[in-house]
Amino acid sequence: MKIQAPISKSMLNEIKSGDFLYISGTIYTARDAAHKKLAELINLNKELPFDLKGAIIYYSGPSPASPGNIVGSIGPTTSYRMDKYTPDLLKQGLSVVIGKGKRSKEVIDSLVEYKAIYCAAYGGAGAYLASKIKSIIPVAFEELGPEAIYKLEVEDFPVIVVNDLWGNDLYESRGKI
Amino acid sequence: MRTVFYDEIVKKIKNEVININCKPSQHLLDLYEKGIHNETDGRSKNILCILKENSLIASEKMIPICQDTGTLVALVYLGKDIKLDKGFLLDAICQGVSEGYKDGYLRKSIVNNPIERINTNNNLPPVVHTFITNDDQLTIIIMAKGAGSENMSSLKMMAPSSGIDGIREFVIDTVRKAGPNPCPPISLGIGIGSNFEGVALLAKQALVKDLISDKLSYHNDYEILENEILDELNNLNIGPQGFGGKTGVFEVKILMEPCHIASLPVAVNINCHVLRHARIEF
Repeated sequence: MKIQAPISKSMLNEIKSGDFLYISGTIYTARDAAHKKLAELINLNKELPFDLKGAIIYYSGPSPASPGNIVGSIGPTTSYRMDKYTPDLLKQGLSVVIGKGKRSKEVIDSLVEYKAIYCAAYGGAGAYLASKIKSIIPVAFEELGPEAIYKLEVEDFPVIVVNDLWGNDLYESRGKI
Repeated sequence: MRTVFYDEIVKKIKNEVININCKPSQHLLDLYEKGIHNETDGRSKNILCILKENSLIASEKMIPICQDTGTLVALVYLGKDIKLDKGFLLDAICQGVSEGYKDGYLRKSIVNNPIERINTNNNLPPVVHTFITNDDQLTIIIMAKGAGSENMSSLKMMAPSSGIDGIREFVIDTVRKAGPNPCPPISLGIGIGSNFEGVALLAKQALVKDLISDKLSYHNDYEILENEILDELNNLNIGPQGFGGKTGVFEVKILMEPCHIASLPVAVNINCHVLRHARIEF
């Protein structure tokens, strides 16, 4: 299914665990260190570097672009390390999170509560995924290098839906969907 | 004494650091192909095709196969009759690593301190293990080791009574718990014996067992056991990327060493599907 970001909550009703999505539009990268900083800003009620309402966050720290390429390799990192911060971000209106690997029960419950989905991108396929990136601009925490927040424009970025609005989990039901 | 040139070490390490990160080995391409052939489920087959395509795109564009270009691990087999023309061996290795990560546009993923966590911006330091050998050879194995799979690795000091069944149970439990996190199809290096720190290093060496067969001190032909464990693990239905299927694990390699009468140390070092290793001779 092709979808355009940002994604309204009502659109998520059409999406089920096990679906293949091809995302076009804007997504933001954020991984360990950026999550820590975002959580701190939320706790202090300070303005965030981008609007989380309907946004998509991709857990990724790209390798540097070499001459002639828009971006280096840009695959997903393992998601559980962001579990601690994810419910607070979902509360702010985040629609989709993309990473790889299992989430905690708290995150899966929060996805249901705040109506958001968790998707997996292909782990260890950063060169393939780079071909789906049309532009990349750093928007916050540049001092973190690969851990900075980057705004990406993507076209047909492929993901698989792991956890949907109804609490289904593709890693648990694997092979049966 | 045989002389090895400092500059040659820097240059070869630099080139191979870039190569292993951007060019899949024929062995890795064969493993993808075997998996594609074995999978019957469409989704699993399709995922393996994408992983293979990814490695070919990386090679063509000379960008990393995976953005996590890892901690650089070096296993140094240093002959007693080797001398350098100048400088210090560890400096040469570090210089090769930092130049490779810079000029190869590889990601710098090392932080200065586990609590402070400031990026060193040159991927230094590498993790270096040195083994003194009774010859005039210098051989360095380099491995780019990503954190996703390293984080899912495990070590257990078992009781000798646990025996081989206990070891199998621990390995299976480790892989089951890791599930999709370490980017399957994974490869396992299993160390058995030695002691607490020794068994972890054995597991790391097991990942490159085929590259170091002439450097091992003990008999290490465990192919039957390796294949049995591989089959058991692939029956867990983990599959490529953890979405189910027959190819959750590519390879299992075991190394054993003597140990204390009271101990049975076991370590399982997990590697993601992107096996990035090379052997360099000087």
